[in-house]
Amino acid sequence: MTLITRILSKIGSATVDAVWTLGTASVFIFRVLSRSAIVLRRPRLLVAEMHFAGVLSLVIIIVSGLFVGLVLGLQGYETLKRYGSTGAVGTLVALSLVRELGPVVSALLFASRAGSAITAEIGIMKTTEQLSAMEMMAVDPHARVVAPMFWGGFLSMPLLAAIFSAMGIIGGYLITVVVIGVDSGAFWSQMQASVDFHHDILNGVIKSIVFGAAVSSIAVYEGYASVPTAEGVSRAVTRTVVTSALAVLALDFVLTAFMFTGVH
Amino acid sequence: MIKKTDLLQLSSINFAYGQTQIFADLNVGFEAGKVTAIMGGSGSGKTTILKLIGGQVSPQQGRVAWGDRAINQMKHNELYSYRKSLGMLFQFGALFTDLNVFENVAFPLREQTALPESAIKDLVLMKLHAVGLRGAQKLMPAELSGGMARRVALARAIALDPSLMLYDEPFTGLDPISTAITGNLIRTLNDALGITSVFVTHDIKASFKVADEVILLSRGTVTARGTPSELLDSRDPLVRQFVQGEVDGPVPFHVHSEAYRDDLKLESKERNW
Repeated sequence: MTLITRILSKIGSATVDAVWTLGTASVFIFRVLSRSAIVLRRPRLLVAEMHFAGVLSLVIIIVSGLFVGLVLGLQGYETLKRYGSTGAVGTLVALSLVRELGPVVSALLFASRAGSAITAEIGIMKTTEQLSAMEMMAVDPHARVVAPMFWGGFLSMPLLAAIFSAMGIIGGYLITVVVIGVDSGAFWSQMQASVDFHHDILNGVIKSIVFGAAVSSIAVYEGYASVPTAEGVSRAVTRTVVTSALAVLALDFVLTAFMFTGVH
Repeated sequence: MIKKTDLLQLSSINFAYGQTQIFADLNVGFEAGKVTAIMGGSGSGKTTILKLIGGQVSPQQGRVAWGDRAINQMKHNELYSYRKSLGMLFQFGALFTDLNVFENVAFPLREQTALPESAIKDLVLMKLHAVGLRGAQKLMPAELSGGMARRVALARAIALDPSLMLYDEPFTGLDPISTAITGNLIRTLNDALGITSVFVTHDIKASFKVADEVILLSRGTVTARGTPSELLDSRDPLVRQFVQGEVDGPVPFHVHSEAYRDDLKLESKERNW
């Protein structure tokens, strides 16, 4: 009985904690959004954060996209060869990338590269009292620091996903057409015929926008809510990466279920 | 402990961090134009008083008033507008690490005013000159010593010509020369700008040299208050222990604990014999 009570009490306490965190995070994000006019008034702040979150993530996105495309091309070619339809490899690569791998993998990479950096920066600013100093100078850190970081991440994410997909397609082209010798015309024409702008590309873009909002929200919240110690910031960074990854994968399932099921 | 003429008044303050009670019915006022030092042991709530005055935390009960305005009841915009009349020096400066010295001091001016660049430059140089660091304007915070960082932070805190300056442990970690410079700056700025200053510190020597009045906090309330010479002459055992830095006294050396014998389980060992 005591064991059951203890288990129930742990489940209850974990649930209360989770609901409490979700509530606090929602209030925090609402506060950030309501003070976001600054990014329109002072676009330079936004540009700096897009550079921080987006441009500095380019290398990992480009290289990963290229390798994912190379692997997709190889695997796709090997499978399609059995059915004698190697010309469809372009379609396979493109659909896999624009529908799934582009938004999902780039969001996971974005969380690891930019999300962690955003959390660490806000967390360290909190630890070293820079955020408190700003408050005492009558400058609201939600507006001056957090809002540009949020929007910088949010706007960078779809662009990074697009670059990831483009690089993947180039990778697929290089390995199948240039190296293996699949017909170039078949590669591009089948891709063009099969990839629908609204159904495939636009849905992929919507996914990356949702992932951008999720990862950026998690990153700024974890930084702002971090315990102001070295260990606290390190835990917050870990939480950003883990929570973002889980959120992206869960959201991807939900979005895919709505977007692609039942359509042929 | 509060006079009607006090510029800042903390009345009947009850404040706790979670389960830890910091203040129980604290009443303290700060006179306009004076330099007041708040002293007390670690955990006595010195910094919390600054946070209450700055509106960063709110008491569970009581009123923090600036003139006739209750700081702890201000809405967001009102609080931020009140903070424009405040300057605060943080314990380790809290400089923005990605901005150089000049940009750090210019930060509040750029954020709060629409002054042209030439005016901002003049003001920043004047503030840096006041703290003796005009020559360090291009350095990054990582290139500054602790004392220099504190002085840059002070220049930044006075950038908007505040009428109230708050200092959180301004002497901690400073060498004797930097301590003297900082103490001198607190006094000079207060008198030259005609402002009110409140600082919290452990440093008896430096603070007694600078302060007009000293407040000693203990057990969640004010235990002594007076001019530095009054506190030096005090016969109160707690004041004496604090001022003389005695190891034991009304503030015990040992934190509250179980009986030593019980902790070492001496009784059970004796029984075995």
